[in-house]
Formats: sequence, structure tokens, C-alpha cells
Amino acid sequence: MAPDTLSGLRVAITGGTSGLGLALLDLFHAHGARVAFVARGRERVDEVSRSHPGTHGIVGDVASKDDIYPMALQMLGELGGLDVLINNASDLGPVPLALLGDTECEDLERAIVTNVIGPFRLTKAVLGALAASAREGRAPVVVNISSDAAINAYPTWGAYGASKAALRHLTAIWDAEMAAEGVRLFSIDPGDMDTPMHAAAVPDADPSTLKPPAVAAREIIDAISSIVDRPSSIVGNL
Amino acid sequence: MTAFARVLVVGASQEMRHLARAAFVDVLRPGDLVVANDAATLPASLHGTHVASGKPIEIRLAARRTLSPDVTDFAAIVFGAGDFHTRTEDRPPPPSLAVHDRLALGPLSATVTGLLGHPRLVALHFRGPADDIWAGIARHGRPIQYAHVATPLLLWDVWTPIASPPVAFEPPSAGFALDWRTIAAMRSRGIGFATITHAAGISSTGDPELDRRLPFDEPYDIPASTARAITTTRARGGRIVAIGTTVVRALEHAGPRRHEPRRHEGTKNGPRRHDDTKPENWIVRAGPGIATQRIGPGTRLRVVDAILTGVHERGTSHYELLRAFADDRTLAAADDEMAAHGYRPHEFGDSILVIPPARFDPVGLPTEL
Repeated sequence: MAPDTLSGLRVAITGGTSGLGLALLDLFHAHGARVAFVARGRERVDEVSRSHPGTHGIVGDVASKDDIYPMALQMLGELGGLDVLINNASDLGPVPLALLGDTECEDLERAIVTNVIGPFRLTKAVLGALAASAREGRAPVVVNISSDAAINAYPTWGAYGASKAALRHLTAIWDAEMAAEGVRLFSIDPGDMDTPMHAAAVPDADPSTLKPPAVAAREIIDAISSIVDRPSSIVGNL
Repeated sequence: MTAFARVLVVGASQEMRHLARAAFVDVLRPGDLVVANDAATLPASLHGTHVASGKPIEIRLAARRTLSPDVTDFAAIVFGAGDFHTRTEDRPPPPSLAVHDRLALGPLSATVTGLLGHPRLVALHFRGPADDIWAGIARHGRPIQYAHVATPLLLWDVWTPIASPPVAFEPPSAGFALDWRTIAAMRSRGIGFATITHAAGISSTGDPELDRRLPFDEPYDIPASTARAITTTRARGGRIVAIGTTVVRALEHAGPRRHEPRRHEGTKNGPRRHDDTKPENWIVRAGPGIATQRIGPGTRLRVVDAILTGVHERGTSHYELLRAFADDRTLAAADDEMAAHGYRPHEFGDSILVIPPARFDPVGLPTEL
């Protein structure tokens, strides 16, 4: 990766105050990207903003319909546009994990709203900005954080796995639709990481067997770089 | 918002026809370039209190000098008690304002920094870091709206599908004619698509004296890719089709002033070829600017060939701009046609596409001198 690839890139990350989202924020910030991040808790957002000077903390919940446009407004206003959106904020469904027959409907709904509908709404709200980035010769990209549970039928991972499978397919179709506009979307499975979410899902996992989020963040950034290094061929739709 | 919108196409030989609005692409030609305004719309109406008098106040952010993310200073229109349910013409005046007066607007705090020649027009400075101002506007602001729409508008009602930087005070509403299917249809027919960003201003203040000052100066930005696409389109004999009045205002402002390197300088072998890789050869200047001019019947358009816009009332600045594209007889005939067919005149209504007689045919050869 060229050292300058990420410098000045306008990046927005949801779920940016812990786990993989925070690791991504660390790396983008270290590389000189301009970063906006979203999380639900004001205190934690302020803390992370202070420890990462120049980043833009936004308080909001991707599962709330009414939060999406105010969130998009702040991202686009503060960054002046957008090149990279990372839909990272996720919901496990029932905690502790449960068999589908034991899963409350509300837990499944929350997983789908957070993991599918929220990313859909936010991506749709910033799609104009991403297409503008492509027309200006950049290579905008939406990264949706997926899971091997989106593909494999793991018992007790029903709500999470079904929602991530839907997100994965939504991503693939949207990528096919937006390719001509120069906007790329991909989903990526970061692997089993040592994060608060994994601890909630598998409380007795041995952390030494889990991937550090910083390693997963590096892999994701390498995947993004391989796209943004290649400038868009869409210039003025000519 | 609009289930079914229509467009009246006023064609080159002044013939008129009605189409479903999305079908406006059907009357364009391969090689034409459609240019739209990609500004997203701010929730620019902020309710609060005039601290000195304790009286309720509504401000409508109306203008800025820049598109910079550093949002601190605005010009604003000020109203007294009430909200959009009352026609702006009938709104009570604001409490009397003085420089240094403080306004408490939900989470935001603003100071009056100037009186701009009318009791309803002031300069405002918001206190605090830009991120806090953005958050305050995002949470507390509501889209500017008028009494003809009874339910409160939300941001998703006023953002066009291509909305990008939030710098417009009211929606660049001609852009509601665009969706991703329409943009794909343009591409598949060889019609170009490009954007500019223009801080579309307030369309009505409810005060005749203030309305006469519209449009205010509006900052804009023209991406290099758009400036280049315009030059390439011109060199190939294509037409520049503006989606909305703001695009006309920006492109004509950034267009050629003295020397005019465009098609009428072509020889009998076709238009002069320009090296479109060099910015100095571009027909419009790329980058930021502030549109200060008025466009009307006396304006000679140098960049834009055709316009898709809303149904505007005679006497408004939008209508005046349309007079640069067509003579009064043609526009009067179009007005009659739209009235007879019940075209809806507001920002979520129907559209008109005016394509003046071509100066050159599609392959770039002069057809008239």
C-alpha cells in the first residue's frame, strides 16, 4: 500500500468507539485520513474524539430511523463529502446467544434493524456523496462488516447469522448496481476477534486464540486500499 | 413525495409536449451533458428565543459566504412567533434586534453580528466548535417549509437522491427529477452526467421588499471533472442541460467573460478543437466561486443550452431566469399549457424542460449563422 493512499481520505465508521470500529479509527487516523465516527454513548464519543484529535465524533444509533439523516448530515457537513463508509456497528441478537426456537421476535428484529436496515438507510443517505466522489476521480467504497455466520449454519447464531447473510447479499447486489457509477461495495469477514461483542457471544473463549482487532483492521484497510489505489474510470459519466 | 410528476417539454421549434418527468431523458441526445446541483439541504429553520426580550423567534438560515465545513457565520431571515403553518406573508415580525443580541436556539447559541438593511435580515455568528454547530443544526433544525405542505418535512423529504455536501438552504428541487435509474438511462444512451455544488438559497421570505433582494449571493463549487466534461461536450457539439436554476447561475458565473472559446468560433470544418486536458482551455473555471449575478431576459447564456426546472410563478427570480432561455410569448404559451393541465407549481411539483432552438446540430456543424 502506498503510504499516501489513505491520507486525506474522507472516512465514516459506525460503531467507532470499541472493538473493530475503534481499531479501524486508530489506523485511519494514524494514516492521516479525515475520520467521522458514530456511536450511541456521548461520553465514549467525546473520550475517543479527545484521544484522536481532528476526528469528528457523532452521537447516534444506526438502528434508529430518525438518527440516520442527522448522522449523514454531520458526516457530510464535517468532512465536506465522503469516500469511505464502514458499516461496522452490529447487534448480536439475543445475549446470551439462543436457539432460534428460543429467540424472542424482538431480538431478531433488533439484529435485522441494526445489521441490515441501518446500513441500508445510511448507505442510501450518503450514496449521492459517494457517487460524487467517483465522478471526481476517486474510488469510493462501502465496507459492510460481515461474519462467517453469514454463510455457515452455526446453531444459536440464528438472528445474527440471518441478518449478516441478508447484509452480505444486499452488498453484492448493490455493488453490481453501482459499479457503473464507480461506487464499490463489499462485505468482509474479519474473523473471530478479541472484542466486547465476541466476549458477549462466547464468554468462555480463550482470548489468546482470537484475532486482535488491530490485525483485522489492517486487513480491511489493505482491502480498501487495493480499491482506492485504482482511481475511478467514471469521470463525468462520459 | 411525488407519486407521479410530469414535465412539459418546450422544444426547439417551440412545440410543446407532456411527458412523465423521468422521461425527460428521452428528448436528450447522445453527447449531451446533464449537469445537476448535488447540494444536500440543511435543516435551516431553527426555533428558539430572543434572549433580551424573552420572545419566541424563528430564524431561517439563508446565505453563507463559503461552502467550507467550518460553519459559524450565516445570514438569516427572522420571524416572530409561529411556524410554517402560517403563510410567511402573515407571520408576525420578529422582536426588534440589535447587534450583540443573543439567540438561544435549542442546543445552539447565536449572536447577531450585523443588521442587513431590513428588520428581518441579520448576520449571525454561532458559538462553539464547528462539530457542535453541525450536531445542533442536525438535531434541532427543521427543513424550511411553506404552508402549502401541511405535514412537517423531514430531511429525507428534502434531500435529492444525489445529495452530497449539506450546503443548500432549500432543496435544489429540480434534482428530484433524478434517480439512479434515470442516471443509468443517461449512461446507456451516451448522455453525460456531471454535478456542481451550489448553496441554493431561500425562495421566499414573505416580505415583498426582501423578496426583491433574492437571490442572495450564493457560493458554489465546480469540480474539475465537471469543467472538463463541459469543454469536451462543447467540443463535440453536445448541449449542456442544467437541472435547476442554481446550475445555470453557477455555470454562467464561472463561464467565459471576455474571450469566449466556444462553438460559434468554429470554422466551416466544425468547431475549433480545444485541448480539454488543460484547465486554461476549459469553458468554465473549476473551483469555488460566489454567484452574484441576476439572470433574466437580457442575459446572453454562454454555457447552458437547456434547462429542466420547476413550475415557477411569474415575477419570481426563478421565472426571470427562465426568460433567458425563451421569449415571453413562448413562456406565456407554456404557462397556459401547464395551467390547463393542472401542473403543480411548488418545489415537490411538476417540471418544465426548455430547449431553445439549437445553434448547431448534433455533430457540431453550424446550422444557422
